[in-house]
Amino acid sequence: MKLALAQINTKLGDVESNLTKHLDLIERARTQDADLILFPELSLTGYTLQDLTPTVAHSPTADDPIFRPLLEASHEIDMVVGFVDEDTRHRFYIADAYLSQGKVVHVHHKVYLPTYGLFDEGRFFAWGDSIRAFDTRFGRVGMLICEDFWHMSPPYLLWLDGADILLLTSASPGRGLNDDDRLESARWVEHTNRAYANLFTCFVAHSNRVGYEDGLNFWGGATVYDPNGELLAKGPYHEEALTFAELDLNQLHRTRARLPLLRDERTSLVQSELNRILSK
Amino acid sequence: MNDLHINTDLARKILTGFIKSELNRVGFKRAVIGLSGGIDSALSCALAAEAIGPENVLAVRMPYKASSQESLDHAQMVIEKFSVQSLTIPITEMADPLISLDPEISNTRKGNIMARCRMIVLYDQSEAFGGLVIGTSNKTEILLGYSTLFGDSASALNPIGDLYKTQVRLLSRALGIPDVIVDKAPSADLWANQTDEDELGFLYEEVDKLLYLMIDQRYRMQECVDAGFDENFVKNVMLRIQRNQFKRMPPPIAKVSNRTIGYDFLYLRDWGT
Repeated sequence: MKLALAQINTKLGDVESNLTKHLDLIERARTQDADLILFPELSLTGYTLQDLTPTVAHSPTADDPIFRPLLEASHEIDMVVGFVDEDTRHRFYIADAYLSQGKVVHVHHKVYLPTYGLFDEGRFFAWGDSIRAFDTRFGRVGMLICEDFWHMSPPYLLWLDGADILLLTSASPGRGLNDDDRLESARWVEHTNRAYANLFTCFVAHSNRVGYEDGLNFWGGATVYDPNGELLAKGPYHEEALTFAELDLNQLHRTRARLPLLRDERTSLVQSELNRILSK
Repeated sequence: MNDLHINTDLARKILTGFIKSELNRVGFKRAVIGLSGGIDSALSCALAAEAIGPENVLAVRMPYKASSQESLDHAQMVIEKFSVQSLTIPITEMADPLISLDPEISNTRKGNIMARCRMIVLYDQSEAFGGLVIGTSNKTEILLGYSTLFGDSASALNPIGDLYKTQVRLLSRALGIPDVIVDKAPSADLWANQTDEDELGFLYEEVDKLLYLMIDQRYRMQECVDAGFDENFVKNVMLRIQRNQFKRMPPPIAKVSNRTIGYDFLYLRDWGT
């Protein structure tokens, strides 16, 4: 399976213009025989939306003017796009949609909205309330958005729900400049994603945007780790790029034959201890 | 942890990218910078030259009659080193009619008048040259409020405002700013032999270590004292930061409607770009 990681810059609140960029990159990925292209968090809208939120929302349906061309393109290549989802009760979610063969296979609503420090997502967005793996033509997959995987439980739940490939997306503002050759925010995400690949013996792909919004920089640096925690591909920092990675899905078999962490995971024990802890 | 070291290659990449992005997205290719002869404006100028090309940067020297020749010479060194465009517009004839109205005028008032005259010149050149004004205030002076409101603190964008003075020095050396500018005692050059550190009453190197703990590492006051800083020094710096918050914010708007600019009308400046 050939994966394309699109680390793009976006125009803040200009969905049409961002759509055009998506279609260009989708075409580039397709001509290089990629099977799946992964765009960053809020790739169709830009990140710091604030009061723009209700004006950039779309529904992932075939009659939506933004999703129609994406769904058409998904006959040739699977894709994950980031957008603002407005539900029928007019709640707005930070969302990722997995599109394939002209269909919306799955939509994930961000379940952890950072509302501290430089973040203010809880002020503008509704909290997602489900974490589900889903089936694709490459096997069972899970999607998480940025703060979702700063918490350990969502990747763990996806693992138990059958996901062998974690597709992670971010619009991560760069911060923590010290004498290291990467920002603290980049180091944290890379360490953590590698740890997930090791702990869950699965593939972990991450696509993060680049560019600036006012004084915020977004650092890019897309990565793919294999079930041994080995780095398969890495995009550059702070520059737009389309990075390709070849995923040998048989690696799941080899790694889990050696290291049966999934087989040995004692979910009943986890459940009973969680019940005890939470009933205190 | 008290580490003000920065990876200067990474800083350079982020800050030049910031300048280019924030200019280009609003339709500008050019920038205007007031060059004082000091390190902060030299660094902003060097970053801008790298970001958008030296031919698109206008460095403006704005001496007052009491300014030192050394400042003017050092500014010229920066202009030549980075091959930027330049202009010299003395502000004496602008400032003196106002200053002379009051024979009792204080140095602080004179300094503020000069800083605001320079702001007027830069914003006039912004229109004439077709470039945005690049800020030259560093994190140390922004936190301490060591600036003139609507004077040297005025700019369209500021690439170095999250770097402490100590970090400005590190990055300046990496960008090739002449040693004589990096090494000299920082001065607002409003009167002869003035230095920032005399006026503030402490050294930048010393206060930067404290600010890093207080601001970046969120140390409480007692933890700063426990880390070895003098209690009065810590209190004095904390008070300066607090009293100067007004210089870091747009003036508060009295809310009466349901939707008010600054409170619940929230958009980035980069809205739509």
